[in-house]
Amino acid sequence: MSAHDGANGAELHEVRLTVNGAARTALVPARRLLSDCIRHDLRLTGTHVGCEHGVCGACTILLDGAPVRSCLLLAVSADGADITTVEGLAEPDGSLSPVQQAFAECHGLQCGYCTPGFLTTITAGLRETPDPDEEQARDMIGGNLCRCTGYQNILAAVRRAAEITRERAAGPEGRS
Amino acid sequence: MSSLLGARVQRVEDDRLIRGHGAYLDDLGAGALAAAFVRSPHAHARITDIDVSAAVDVPGLVAIYTYADLTGRLTEPLPLLIPHPSLTHGRTPYPLANGEVNHVGEAVAMVIAADRYVAEDAADLVDVSYEPLPAVVGIEAARAATQLVHEDVPGNLAANETQEHGDAAAAIAAAPHVLELDLEIERSASTPLEGRGVLADWDDQAARLRMWTSTQTSTGVRAAVAAKLRLDLSQVDVITPDVGGGFGVKIVHPWPEEVLIPWAARLLGRPVKFTEDRREHFISSAHERGQLHHVTVGYDDDGRILGLNVRFWHDNGAYVPYGIIVPIVTSTQLLGPYKPPAYRVEFDSLYTNTVLVTPYRGAGRPHACFVMERTMDAIAAERGLDRALVRERNFIQPDEMPYDQGLIFQDGRPLIYDSGDYPGLLRKVKDLIGWDAFPAAQAAAAAEGRRIGIGLACYVEGTGVGPYEGAHVVVETSGKVKVATGLTTQGQGHQTVLAQITADELGVPLHDVEVVTGDTRRFGYAVGTFASRTAVMSGSAVALAARKAKDKALRVAADALEVAAADLEITDGVVQVKGDPDSGIGLGTVAVLSNPLRYAFDAAAAAATQFAGGTDMDKPPVAPDDEPGIEGRAYFSPVRSTFASGVHAAIVETDRQTAEVTILRYCVVHDCGTLINPRIVEGQIHGGVAQGVGGALYERMAYDETGQLLNASFMDFLMPYASEVPRRLEIDHLETPSPLNPLGIKGAGEAGVIPGAAVLAAAIEDAEGIQIRSMPISPSDLFELRGASGASGGP
Repeated sequence: MSAHDGANGAELHEVRLTVNGAARTALVPARRLLSDCIRHDLRLTGTHVGCEHGVCGACTILLDGAPVRSCLLLAVSADGADITTVEGLAEPDGSLSPVQQAFAECHGLQCGYCTPGFLTTITAGLRETPDPDEEQARDMIGGNLCRCTGYQNILAAVRRAAEITRERAAGPEGRS
Repeated sequence: MSSLLGARVQRVEDDRLIRGHGAYLDDLGAGALAAAFVRSPHAHARITDIDVSAAVDVPGLVAIYTYADLTGRLTEPLPLLIPHPSLTHGRTPYPLANGEVNHVGEAVAMVIAADRYVAEDAADLVDVSYEPLPAVVGIEAARAATQLVHEDVPGNLAANETQEHGDAAAAIAAAPHVLELDLEIERSASTPLEGRGVLADWDDQAARLRMWTSTQTSTGVRAAVAAKLRLDLSQVDVITPDVGGGFGVKIVHPWPEEVLIPWAARLLGRPVKFTEDRREHFISSAHERGQLHHVTVGYDDDGRILGLNVRFWHDNGAYVPYGIIVPIVTSTQLLGPYKPPAYRVEFDSLYTNTVLVTPYRGAGRPHACFVMERTMDAIAAERGLDRALVRERNFIQPDEMPYDQGLIFQDGRPLIYDSGDYPGLLRKVKDLIGWDAFPAAQAAAAAEGRRIGIGLACYVEGTGVGPYEGAHVVVETSGKVKVATGLTTQGQGHQTVLAQITADELGVPLHDVEVVTGDTRRFGYAVGTFASRTAVMSGSAVALAARKAKDKALRVAADALEVAAADLEITDGVVQVKGDPDSGIGLGTVAVLSNPLRYAFDAAAAAATQFAGGTDMDKPPVAPDDEPGIEGRAYFSPVRSTFASGVHAAIVETDRQTAEVTILRYCVVHDCGTLINPRIVEGQIHGGVAQGVGGALYERMAYDETGQLLNASFMDFLMPYASEVPRRLEIDHLETPSPLNPLGIKGAGEAGVIPGAAVLAAAIEDAEGIQIRSMPISPSDLFELRGASGASGGP
């Protein structure tokens, strides 16, 4: 489906996405970035834009489970994709995910602007490397920029998140 | 005695932010019109024509404005915020260029459209004709002044300032030993992950402007916008949303966009938003740090400084809207923990056709520390003395506090250090890094063919500058406590630390306290967030306001309980007779009792009826000197700044082949007086050190000779990733409380960044045996230095 009623009369394209488990549809011009579509069309403003050229990682989302920079994709090219943004990271009961909880426990954020990109990146990273050592943790966040924290507490949060994941898997008696 | 002051509590801000529920500037104003700017591609040019005819045909375009369209006070240059007698030739930009541009990125036209994409389409079609002029780039070119940035500013000289105590020239002439050094620091920038942004909405019926801006001072923006738009202050609300980092660049106000966007919103009768993109941030916001210094120092056989003369040149960029604070800070903070008997400092602040220069975290102090600490190392090297020993011999001693440096500080007040223990800091850092054992480790590494080196750097940092901050504390009938202070937050955890102070003073649970910052609707008088001043200024104001609220609560409860207020205490939100938990009234109930209008809307009001005593029918319900409610409002205004201090030490390894520098260890000993929350202070240090490392090894603004910024992207401007910061920071604290405020607090926000260039230069110099006189230093720079000094480059 397409229409001609964009902000400048441009042709609009329908993009169907599954976002944080819910079916969503957006009508966008062909040039609309996925990051702008998520933020301004779907109004999920937790995904932040720090550089618009794929370097800082703030806009990282999970696209079919893989971390990608939503500022480097056109929304139309994501048609049919399953997307997880920071708003979709919490557990179904609303409690914090292990990565989110670890960030709170370890003071892993200051201004919070880059944080959504780190949270999504680490969420995917821990699926591949569930028990990262220090170097693996550093590699995991090696493509994301943070100007506030100096990364020390983010690195601590990566490893703490792995620990929380294990604690939760072990059940209530396994928690410290 | 206090339970929350000094506690490592988790931040109250985080839950919202880690769920993606933060509200930063661009997250607001859905449906607002979007602004994009036509910016100068030339560093220096006359504008001969602006042709918008092609742009006006873009569907979705709403308006295009150039200087010729501006009205009222928008036709004037933007204000010079901090005038100074030495700033004889202050020049500020117009909101939109008026016939001339003075740096790449200067705003020439504003385009408003249905969305940002369309606004950029139209901006691309605005055809500006320029007559290029020669560009002045770099301090040497500015100093040579064969070309001028501003026709009416001879020598490109914005300001010349001298301060002196004692007779430095005579002291140096009489000294047994004299050294001269040329020292350079290059440009970097604050570079917060979120750029600037403004949203404005004019309510025509109410004749009120509401605006949101990503700023470090909402009250400053409010006053500026009110003046520029000829509105009363009471017609303007400025709200600071979540701010994605500031580090200094967002203290400048008003930015051109901060007056243009509300002006356009009022004119168009529609909300208008501007969100700066990354390239715009590089070329249209502000930079810092570029300075050249020439040091002449006279000293005795033991390395004691007898006289110090520093001449330096500061690149202030195209305009000076923020005055000459940066070089003033360098000139006064240069002395650090030392006490040269004679000191003279003179600087020129020079115009160049580059982005303007305003404070970036540290604000003149990293350069000051670099100059002083390089000088200390040079003296030690020349005398063949231990570098730590030379510093120790020059320290101000704890029993000499308060110590008057005989200069005028950035706040216009005498530079008097309030307290500190510099020998104590040095001892701690030497122990932490193993200073005395290092020569053996260095020799062992050398035997393996490895080059390692150690360095240290000391600093003293004026924090918590005035003139004041205020706070308001109110206890609601629910027992919840609402706190407001006017300065703003960019991620420092203010909500948490100010809640800790409130909870501690008032005796309520932390989770019952909610703190709002940077909203002029909640608190109208404030200065802003800079100079590591929030904990000192608003922290003190919050404590004083909470004490007032507490006094009132105790008085009201004492009446109800028919006991003396002095016999009462507040524990866990309950006012009770000391040591008698059964006697208590909840603070919420006390709040009800404090208000003679008692509609029973809630449980607290119902509970309060049991305490309602006999009413004296001969007295008014609210006494003439009383007010309803449990509230406290207080201001804190210190006589002068308080001085934090610290010493950093680092061990580096330099690669014999690639000249790459690896930080093996990085130790920080830090004294910010009373620690409110050590976790947050350490976070501030972590971030500061990362920026210090960036400034020492990676970050520079690469301008070419025509004034083009060649690395205006995150691809090319090398901000540290996790792979570039020290593996681990080792931190120790010393707590020398300030006598100048009620909690003994000193600031902590900038400390981490200050000694970065100094300590890493010292360590690299120690590893390489080559004098390091300019920072940042890249592997290529070090490789070339090796060649120039005849040192071996490879194995």
